[in-house]
Amino acid sequence: MLNILWATMMVIGVGWGMATGRMEAVTNGALDSVKEAVSLCITMLGVMSLWTGLMEVARQGNIIKKLTKGIAPFVNWMFPDVPNGDPAKEHITTNIIANILGLGWAATPAGLKAMESLRELNNKCDKTNYINKKNDNKNCDREKNLDGCREASDAMCTFLILNISSLQLIPVNMIAYRAQYGSVNPAGIIAPGLIATFISTMIGILFCKIMYKYSKSHRKIKELKGS
Amino acid sequence: MNIFLYFSNMIIPLLIFYVVMHGVLQKIPVYDVFVEGAKDGLKTVVGILPTLIGLMVAVGVLRASGFLDFLSSILKAPCEAIGFPADLIPMTLIRMFSSSAATGLVLDIFRTYGTDSLIGKIASISMSCTETIFYTMSVYFMAAKVTKTRYTLPGALLTTLVGVAASVVLAYMI
Repeated sequence: MLNILWATMMVIGVGWGMATGRMEAVTNGALDSVKEAVSLCITMLGVMSLWTGLMEVARQGNIIKKLTKGIAPFVNWMFPDVPNGDPAKEHITTNIIANILGLGWAATPAGLKAMESLRELNNKCDKTNYINKKNDNKNCDREKNLDGCREASDAMCTFLILNISSLQLIPVNMIAYRAQYGSVNPAGIIAPGLIATFISTMIGILFCKIMYKYSKSHRKIKELKGS
Repeated sequence: MNIFLYFSNMIIPLLIFYVVMHGVLQKIPVYDVFVEGAKDGLKTVVGILPTLIGLMVAVGVLRASGFLDFLSSILKAPCEAIGFPADLIPMTLIRMFSSSAATGLVLDIFRTYGTDSLIGKIASISMSCTETIFYTMSVYFMAAKVTKTRYTLPGALLTTLVGVAASVVLAYMI
């Protein structure tokens, strides 16, 4: 998916630039982007380390556990395949709370950690499948197993769609920009913004729930749980 | 309005204060634990740097080639037919790739049309109810080493579409 998307973007970009005679702009665009990516990462290094350090203190102080309990019913309902007590659930909860509060700098690190934990969970599931399956053709199965790790789990899809549907309650940046550009009522977009966010998130949740229904891996995990 | 800004300025310092105080009260060696945790953040960022470079180059190349402008000119007629201002097309497209680039375009719209015009309102609302799809997807999936993203993209595009549509309707109403 990303391979195709990335290649398409590159090929169209360069091809279009060639056709319209903007090769110099394309070269500069590429070089500027690299610089931007590195400087973004340098900024993120500080923010991210500050956050993960702080969160480690919060975790050892059991703050995260308390918060997790608060929105646990929602998280359990959205992520039925993630077992209780798995670190993935903690990170998902932190990410959701940070997103709601509009702490983007805090949401991303937690989100990345959540994805890493979900991957471990995914690999674990694959291993059980691997053991359950026939053992006669090990090499072939192992290759399949590796391939399985490269596929997003239902929990990953749900987590990303939830993130992308935007959970932020108050668009503080937007309000600040509006104030700066002389709006009569800069905060006037809070209410409609809330409604729009609510609608798009609801559609996202509905979409995920429908996809769960048709997901083979979700059914398999359910069966494993049942037996 | 000022209360909101004041509140949002307070969140982060208060959060730090609360976490550290709570840790001290629980008799945790807060500084040692902090340093230990900070190392984790370092590793994660170093891990996503290659992804970030790859994606940002692709966006940079696409933008510099003028292809996005061309795409907006094609989409102009159908968008205006359903009441979506054509001037918002570049912003809506860029929003899927880069938040800062989209912000730049929104400020441009504010300068040209004013914040309280219909276009200004749609831009404000839709910026607050959408996210950077491709950036989020590539960074998060890279952390999970996933290449097959299954139904994430359709779902993400659907929520964004609904969000933008809701923004247009709501902006007409207020």
